[in-house]
Amino acid sequence: MRHLLSAADLSREEAITVLDTAATMAATQSREIKKLPALRGLTVVNLFFEDSTRTRISFEAAAKRLSADVINFAAKGSSVSKGESLKDTAQTLQAMGADAVVIRHSASGAPHRLATSGWIDAPVVNAGDGMHQHPTQALLDAFTMRRHLMPEGGAGAGLDGKRVVIVGDVLHSRVARSNVDLLHTLGAEVTLVAPPTLLPIGASTWPCRISYDLDAAIAEQAPDAIMMLRVQRERMSSAGGGFFPSAAEYSRRYGLDAARFEALPGHALIMHPGPMNRGLEISARAADSDRSTIVEQVANGVAVRMAVLYLVLAGNEGTPS
Amino acid sequence: MTDYLITGAQLPEGSITDLLLADGRIAATGSDAADMAGARAGAQVHRIDAHGLVALPGLVDLHTHLREPGREDAETVASGTRAAAVGGFTCVHAMANTTPVADTAGVVEQVWRLGEDAGWAQVRPVGAVTVGLAGEQLAELGAMASSAARVRVFSDDGLCVHDPVLMRRALEYVKAFDGVVAQHAQEPRLTAGALMHEGIVSAELGLTGWPAVAEEAIIARDVLLAEHVGSRVHICHLSTAGSVDIVRWAKARGIQVTAEVTPHHLMLTDEAIRGYDPQFKVNPPLRTAEDVQAVRDGLEDGTIDIVATDHAPHPSEDKDCEFAAAAMGMTGLETALSVVTEAMVADDSRDFGWQDLARTMSATPARIGRVTGQGRPLAAGEPAHVTLVDPSARWTVDPAGLRTASENTPFAARELPARVMATFYRGVATVLDGQPQDGSTR
Ligand SMILES: [Zn+2]
Repeated sequence: MRHLLSAADLSREEAITVLDTAATMAATQSREIKKLPALRGLTVVNLFFEDSTRTRISFEAAAKRLSADVINFAAKGSSVSKGESLKDTAQTLQAMGADAVVIRHSASGAPHRLATSGWIDAPVVNAGDGMHQHPTQALLDAFTMRRHLMPEGGAGAGLDGKRVVIVGDVLHSRVARSNVDLLHTLGAEVTLVAPPTLLPIGASTWPCRISYDLDAAIAEQAPDAIMMLRVQRERMSSAGGGFFPSAAEYSRRYGLDAARFEALPGHALIMHPGPMNRGLEISARAADSDRSTIVEQVANGVAVRMAVLYLVLAGNEGTPS
Repeated sequence: MTDYLITGAQLPEGSITDLLLADGRIAATGSDAADMAGARAGAQVHRIDAHGLVALPGLVDLHTHLREPGREDAETVASGTRAAAVGGFTCVHAMANTTPVADTAGVVEQVWRLGEDAGWAQVRPVGAVTVGLAGEQLAELGAMASSAARVRVFSDDGLCVHDPVLMRRALEYVKAFDGVVAQHAQEPRLTAGALMHEGIVSAELGLTGWPAVAEEAIIARDVLLAEHVGSRVHICHLSTAGSVDIVRWAKARGIQVTAEVTPHHLMLTDEAIRGYDPQFKVNPPLRTAEDVQAVRDGLEDGTIDIVATDHAPHPSEDKDCEFAAAAMGMTGLETALSVVTEAMVADDSRDFGWQDLARTMSATPARIGRVTGQGRPLAAGEPAHVTLVDPSARWTVDPAGLRTASENTPFAARELPARVMATFYRGVATVLDGQPQDGSTR
C-alpha cells in the first residue's frame, strides 16, 4: 500500500490485510508495554487543515505506539481562504523529512492532490477530506463489525452476507461514502437510509440499497449493524441549505429512538462515528446500550491507524508479532 | 506594404484557388490573382504555397477573457491577441469581467485601443450589462455602444443576470442600438458553492454539484423573455443536453436566440475530474458523455450557432492547489480550431465540414457581434482576414509552448489534428509558418 486515499482503492485482499494487521496491533495493546519498535526513527506528520481533535489524537497515539516521531501541523485557514498553499506546506514537510503525511482537509481531493502532484514523495494517509472519504473510519468500523459478527473474531475474513444499515446525512458524509465502498468490497450488504434531500444525486449508482424509510429498512433488512451518522443541526436552517424542516421531525423520522432500537435484531450492533448528537440522530437508550460499540470504535481506531501507518511505512516486511 | 499571393489553397466549400492580398483586401482570386500580382508595380509580393492547406475567413471569437486591465499576470490584450492570431483568429470579443469592470465607455475604449495598438487581431470589447457586474443596476449600455469601441455585445459573463426584471430591461434596452445580451446562464441559488457537474462523478468525489437545471432554467426563462419583448438573446457556453432541447424549441418557435458551445464542452466530460486536477475546473462545468453528444448534435444541426472559446487564462498558482481553491477556466484560443476539427470535421459520421467550421467560427459569430468586415466570404474585394490551416498536420499540446501568458490548458500532452499555418489580419501576416510575426517582421 503506497498511500491510503480512498476506501474504494482497497482490494478485498488489501482490506483484509489491514484488518488482520489491526487485529495483531490490537492484541499488543492489551499488553502492559504497548509500544512497538516498528517505526522507530521515522517521522509521521499530522497535517490538519480542519479541526478534529479526536482523529488527530487517534493518529498520534497510533504513530507513537509504533515508536515513530510525530509532528502535529495544524494549518487552519488553508489556501481555500488564501493562507499558505497546500503546495508550499507540502514542500515544507518534505524538507523537514516527513516519512508519512496524515492529512485532514475540508476540500475533497486534497489528499489526492498531495499524493499525486509531485509536491512530496512520502506516503499520504487520508484522515478525512471534505465530503469525499475517510478511509480509516471505514476500516475501524469494518474491524469492529468483523470482530463481533464473524466467527472467531473474523481473522482472515470479510463481512460476507452481513447486513448494514447506515442512516443520516449521506450527502455531506465522507464516512458514508467510505463505508459503502469498503463494506461492499468485504461482501456486506449496505442500505443507506436518509431523507431524499440528504442523498446525493448519483447515489443510485452506488453498490448499495437506498431507502427513505428507516422503519421499513429495519424491518426488511433485520440488520446486523446499524450506523447512525452525525447530523448537523444547522442543515435545517435556510442558510444551511434547508435540508429538513426541524430537528424534531428529523428525529421522529430518522432517529434511532427506543422503539426502533427495540425493533432491531437482538444481536445488532449500534454504531456511530462520533461525536453524537444525543436526542437528534440517536437516543441515550441506544447509545448507552450494551450493544453499542461507540466507545469500542474509538479504541479500534488506534489499532487500525497503527496498521495503516505500519503498512504504508514498513509494509512489505510482514506483520510484526 | 507586402502583398501576399497565396497559391493552391482550398476554399471551405472545396474548390482550389489562388488569393492575392493587397492593401488590406482580397484583391483577386483564381487566375486573376497571379496576373494582378505581376502587374502590381512597386509592390513586394510574398508568395505562399498553400497546396494542401484550407483557407478560412479569419476566425472570430465571441467569448475571450483578455484579463486586461487588472490581471496582467494572467494575460494582456497583447499576449491574448497574439495567442489568438496563432490560433487563427482575426477578431476576439474581450469579456467585461476585468478590474475595473468594462462597464463604462472609458474602459471599453481603453481595451479597444490596446487591441488596435497591439495589432494582432480586432478587439471588440464586451460591455457589462450591470454596474460592476453586481446584477443590480444597468450599466451605461448606450454610452458603450456609441463609444469608439462600438460595443454591441453586453454580458455579465462569469455571473448570470439572474434578476428577471433586470434581464428584461437589458434585453429591451439594447434594441435601440442593435445590441445583444449574452447570458451566462447560471441560477445562482442552485449553484452555491458548486465545483463540478452534479451527477454520478460529483457524488463519488464529494464535490458540490452544479446541476444542469441551473443552466436550463435560466435559458428557458430568457428565451421566453426575449420572445415577449421581441429582442435577440445570446446564450454563452451552452453545456447540457437539456439546454440544446430548449434552444431548439425556441428557434422552432421563431424566438431570436443564438447559442455558443466551447471547444472543451465538445470534447471533455466530468470523468476528467476524477484525479481532482484543477485544470479541468471550469464554469459551466464539464458535463457527461450524453451532454457532449448533444452539443455536438446541436452544433451540427444548427441549434447551436457558433463555437466560442471562453479562453480564460489563470496564473499557475491559481491552479496548483486543491480543487476547491482553484480558479475556474481554461485557455482555448490556440486549441479551438484543432478541437473542433477533431470533434466535428474529422468525424465522418457527421455532416460538418470546413464550410460549417467557417460558418460557426467566423461568419456567424461576426454576425451576432455585428462586426462588419469580419467573417466575410473569401472573395475579391473583401477585407483580407484569412487563415490558412494544414488539415493533415498533427501536433501535441505543450502548455509552456502555447503563446498565451498562462498555461492552464486542459489539453496538455494531447495530440490534436489541424494546425494554423498562417493568419492574415487586415492583409498583414500575423502568423507565418505557424509562428507569430513579432515586431518588424510584420
Ligand atoms: Zn461564462
